[in-house]
Amino acid sequence: MAEKPIITVKNLVKNYGDFNAVKGISFEVYEGEIFGLLGPNGAGKTTTLEIIETLRDKTSGEITVDGFNIETDANDIKQVIGVQLQSAGYYPNLNLSELIKLFCGLYGINKSPMEMLEKVALTDKAKAKYKDLSGGQKQRFSIATTLINNPRIIFLDEPTTGLDPQARRNLWDLIREIRDAGTTVVITTHYMDEAEELCDRVAFVDGGHIIGIDTPNHFIDELVASGFERKKQVKLANLEDVFINMTGKEWREG
Amino acid sequence: MKKYSNFNATLAIARASFRSIIRSPSAVVFSLAFPLIFIVVFANIGGSGVTVDVGVAKTTDTLSPVYLALKGAKVVHLITDQSADEMAKSLAKGNIDAIIDVQKNNAMPPYTLHVQYTEASQQKGGILKSLLQSIFFQINSRGNTIPQPVAEIKETTVKGREYKYIDFILPGMLGFSLLSSGVFGTAFVFLSLRLTLVIKRFFATPVKKYSIVLGEALARLVFSLLGALFIIMVGHYAFGFTLIHGIVTVINMLVLAALGLIIFMGFGFAISGIAKNESAVPPISNIITMPQFLLSGTFFATTAFPNWLQAISKVLPLTYLNDAMRKVAFEGAGLNEVTHQLLILGVWFILIYAVAVKTFKWE
Repeated sequence: MAEKPIITVKNLVKNYGDFNAVKGISFEVYEGEIFGLLGPNGAGKTTTLEIIETLRDKTSGEITVDGFNIETDANDIKQVIGVQLQSAGYYPNLNLSELIKLFCGLYGINKSPMEMLEKVALTDKAKAKYKDLSGGQKQRFSIATTLINNPRIIFLDEPTTGLDPQARRNLWDLIREIRDAGTTVVITTHYMDEAEELCDRVAFVDGGHIIGIDTPNHFIDELVASGFERKKQVKLANLEDVFINMTGKEWREG
Repeated sequence: MKKYSNFNATLAIARASFRSIIRSPSAVVFSLAFPLIFIVVFANIGGSGVTVDVGVAKTTDTLSPVYLALKGAKVVHLITDQSADEMAKSLAKGNIDAIIDVQKNNAMPPYTLHVQYTEASQQKGGILKSLLQSIFFQINSRGNTIPQPVAEIKETTVKGREYKYIDFILPGMLGFSLLSSGVFGTAFVFLSLRLTLVIKRFFATPVKKYSIVLGEALARLVFSLLGALFIIMVGHYAFGFTLIHGIVTVINMLVLAALGLIIFMGFGFAISGIAKNESAVPPISNIITMPQFLLSGTFFATTAFPNWLQAISKVLPLTYLNDAMRKVAFEGAGLNEVTHQLLILGVWFILIYAVAVKTFKWE
């Protein structure tokens, strides 16, 4: 993979009054990869993401997104990114295809709702309300709304939280498809198995600092090389494999 | 790349918002069902508590037995503080039911009572007429030492339009509909859009802040004006609501409705910023709407209130909207004839939007 940075963050600082949420972090996201921001709650992941998404002002630091400076070209950035917020709702009383039309208007783009819903396999729910969807369907719909403007980069904030194993796998497949179609994906998650499975590279964030960036494999190899061993002997399968094996890969509409 | 259009984005929001409003049961109930129910109920009850308002001409001999007898009658409310000109106008509108003028004669009979009735208030004129007849019968039979009667009645009736209760209640109901839609609707929508992060998600698109507010306002305006038109049409065709200049009057009323709604939406914006969650919206909104609902002449004329209460109602914006509505609808006034009301509404506009700008929160 050609390692061409599409997002560059340099010495990003964000203070809320006396509280320093982000304390000078720097990283790059390469074009065409799935990049994971990992870390405990309150580490500053969401804040960092929202600053890059132009939703929040930074205290200091430099950020470029697809060649645009966040300070001077925020509007150009909005045109080339797609954003899924953690636990965001949608306009009340509208069905999915009406919501897609609304976002088309907001982006100034003409697309048919069915085309967008097809990408996330929700065409049969075109007339349904967002609140009546299952957890997995909600997340897939959210992802559909991030794709409307043919973005160069999409940001997904904990997209798989609360989903059952089948829905999670289904969403991973969707995210990989999006990456394979040429869109860079930045994702946050609390699930390390998910990051290991999905992300090309990950950054660990803790206490407002980045404490490591590399590929998941490299991190694991490094730890093993340092003499780390799991207390319990690792078996060839885990309980989730059992779950999937017993209940099937087939994804259920909830 | 095609140039980004804020106009199209605003329209997209307006379209979405309009769809959302017409699918929201509370919006439809408050803006249409309630006002119509009130209209049906009150139009059938009619006016309550009969008093006959009688203007007293300045030339009246207030010591005459006729005047004293009228003063003692409970159903008669004598009005002495209006000029002859004002009184004549009030009479034509039916705001007062008759004008009397009692004059002392040098010849027989010693008193002449001139009564002017109005077609605008024939029922109450009739009450006064029978009352006067009984008073005269008493007075004249008391003066039994003199063969001639003490007083005589001379009656005339002025031309006027009949002022029906629907002409009073419908503009009030329109005001109520606009008030609740503007205050409750706007407050709820913006608060919930903020809390569910819909607005935040919008901010991740190239849309401008003003497009969001404008789109929402546009949708509510269209919805409320269609509602107002519907109420006026039902009032006119089903209950004989008076529209003096027909379509011109309707248009003037809709212009007033739009101005009123814009002011009431200002309250809604302010409340959406002050309220911490959705359950805080109804109490705060009620503080704004209830006093206006009761004191702004929605159901009864503010002149029926004691003075201290009238002072309060004279501050409220709905009072002036109702007032302007009634002038336009029943008296056929043009918008240039209600500039006093518009001016006070303008002051409210500036006040409330100054507050709204301070309190409004985006996230």
